Amino acid sequence: MSDLLQIDFGQREQSPVIGIDLGTTNSLAAFLDLTGPVVIPGEDGERLVPSVVYRSPEGEIVVGNAARRMLIDDPSRTVYSVKRLMGRGVADIADERKLFPFRIAPESDAVIRLDLGDRTFTPPQISAFILIQLKKNAEAYLHQAVTQAVITVPAYFNDAQRQATKDAGRIAGLEVLRLVNEPTAASLAYGLDKRSSGIVAVYDLGGGTFDISILKLHEGIFEVLATNGDTHLGGDDIDNRLLRIALEDVATEWGIDPSNDGSLVQTLRRAVIDAKERLSFAPRAAIDLAWQARKYQREITRDQFEALIRDIVDRTLGPCRNCIEDAGVTPEQIDEVVLVGGSTRIPLVRQAVETLFRARPHTDLNPDEVVALGAAVQAGILTGAVDDKLLLDVTPLSLGIEMMGGVVSKLIHRNSTIPASATEVFTTAVDGQKNVLIHVLQGERELVKDCRSLARFDLKDIDPLPAGAPRIEVRFLIDANGILSVTARDQRTAKEQSIEVKPSYGLTDNQVEAMIQESFAHAAEDLRERQVREARLEADQILAAVEKARANPAWDEMTATEQALIERALNQLLTVYHSEDHDLIRAHIELLNQTTARLAEVMMDAAVRTALKGKTL
Amino acid sequence: MSAPDYFEFFGLEPKLALDLADLEQRFYRLSRELHPDRVQRLPPASRQRSLDQSALLNDAYRTLRDPVARTEYALKRLGLAADPNHAPPELLEEVFAWNEALEVRDPAQLEAGRSRFAALRDQADAELHSLFGPFDDGDPTAPARIRAVLNRRRYILNLLQTAAHV
Repeated sequence: MSDLLQIDFGQREQSPVIGIDLGTTNSLAAFLDLTGPVVIPGEDGERLVPSVVYRSPEGEIVVGNAARRMLIDDPSRTVYSVKRLMGRGVADIADERKLFPFRIAPESDAVIRLDLGDRTFTPPQISAFILIQLKKNAEAYLHQAVTQAVITVPAYFNDAQRQATKDAGRIAGLEVLRLVNEPTAASLAYGLDKRSSGIVAVYDLGGGTFDISILKLHEGIFEVLATNGDTHLGGDDIDNRLLRIALEDVATEWGIDPSNDGSLVQTLRRAVIDAKERLSFAPRAAIDLAWQARKYQREITRDQFEALIRDIVDRTLGPCRNCIEDAGVTPEQIDEVVLVGGSTRIPLVRQAVETLFRARPHTDLNPDEVVALGAAVQAGILTGAVDDKLLLDVTPLSLGIEMMGGVVSKLIHRNSTIPASATEVFTTAVDGQKNVLIHVLQGERELVKDCRSLARFDLKDIDPLPAGAPRIEVRFLIDANGILSVTARDQRTAKEQSIEVKPSYGLTDNQVEAMIQESFAHAAEDLRERQVREARLEADQILAAVEKARANPAWDEMTATEQALIERALNQLLTVYHSEDHDLIRAHIELLNQTTARLAEVMMDAAVRTALKGKTL
Repeated sequence: MSAPDYFEFFGLEPKLALDLADLEQRFYRLSRELHPDRVQRLPPASRQRSLDQSALLNDAYRTLRDPVARTEYALKRLGLAADPNHAPPELLEEVFAWNEALEVRDPAQLEAGRSRFAALRDQADAELHSLFGPFDDGDPTAPARIRAVLNRRRYILNLLQTAAHV
């Protein structure tokens, strides 16, 4: 970094860390400025970026509102709601496939691959396209390169789903400093800590996931007491109910099977969502479809709508009750309820929450934005910009290992504050045995077949000893992101024991690495463009710093020759600024850096002198 | 690396009668100091240390704030680990009666069994708490008596669990 820039930014080598809400329906980025967290608008000026990805026949990737329009024009090259597939295998998603037009490639198994034209992509890769767009938006808005982010995930996401989200960040070229649970992030944004202490419930019904978290606030500490939820319950399910009715109507009225026409289905889906959204404010609304000179219309009253979705809303209540019980509180002890997620605009949802918690919920903040704003606050906590708040979150699911007879022995219970760890000692069953296989699962049930397989860890190269003699100490650690890591050590020799990890779902490290490479190989253009953009951002910064320095008294201490040299380097940088050659731009940045080195020194000395003077006074 | 002592970690004497409000204050204070969020900008080695210390803090807090987990931990420190699945003789009569009820599937008898087990659990909890004082005062017989109560309690909990599923 240039010397001048170091002075300019108070010697902090800090690039902005953005907060990202990577949602099922919409995504958005936010960052913390001096006034608080603010939303970063997209290229089109819209605050929400629809989580829709389109890949053109030429291989160009389009994300957001423009991609959403392509759902209708070119549905076979467009993907939405990909969050539903994160960290899941083909066997998991039979239900989703009935309702979503996911084009699953035949080679999918533990990792799903989606067809997008002539190529296939994993869900983390598709999510990465969304993240790249958000990163671009942020860089354009902040005039700085952005390489680090906090990304939110549903609180009830399991290890594989979290890992997949982190992988998406890596593929997008973002270092994910922290995964934060969405309801907890929302509580940070709400400034609930203004009350010095109390119990708060956050009810988060989004496009595809439902979370409930109960927190205890104490002087800036946000301690999650319990969390619960359903990672496959949300506004999508409500849309699908309405869509099914509309599809049946159209089939009867028009005498065709609309479900085979992707474009028609998506147009109808749009119409259904419009009607749903209007029903939150009006007692009745019409599903309106105009399609190739044909029309379909159906009016729905709010009563009909509520009867249609009541069981979906009711499905959120079980997790709420369990969460209250796990938190060890009564509904009366809950001081405040906060609503998050677009689906909480539905009056029936608000009623259900009010009845259960016996409190009128908070709705002051936009439920679509509050999670991203909270992620930006968490980013501020990590950079040190916010030092009065601290989040203590929990793991949503119990972690266990497989025992004899297909039974699960729990090592870390759900709702344990993270980071959390557990240590177990393993031994061998046969003389000379060299490997021990540990099967790790997540879930609340007693039997292996009812829990979610996380991974198999193979303890390798155990010294050949009589059965039962080796003592291998295995440490399971869930970090602050809710992600498991496992280390092992031979108790006799105190040597680190080698472990091979075979994730049950999701990508191995090598696969992610290959995808990062692949994304470069396929996007050499993209990479060059990015480098040029980053070089220009750097140029902007140094140009601004020089401009500022010229007003500094130190400028007059420069000799005429020095001033002329700086002017020359500056003008040359301006000449090459619009070139497409990032190396050229960088070379001129470097030259300007060198010519301003003494200027920076003089400014720094002056700054130090002033600081010292301040002290002696 | 031998596992650090939970009581020491919190700066507490290894006593069973614990002031939970005080424990919570200590937990919050240590969290502010050790949580990984506070050290994000430090080098990887410091971050790993913070992760380990923070996990230890949370594990210790979880153990110490729960009376049964705390007691089990205190006994383990003294080398009195749990005695798994050993049926306490004084409960054998209860178990016979329960098994008979299971055989005839008489709802009234089953319900009576359930409430009997729940009463036995409450009784064990009360006994456990009454032994905190003697333990903390250094009564040499206390650990073994507590061990017996905990073994019984664990056995009763298992019975309660199976009874709930019938």
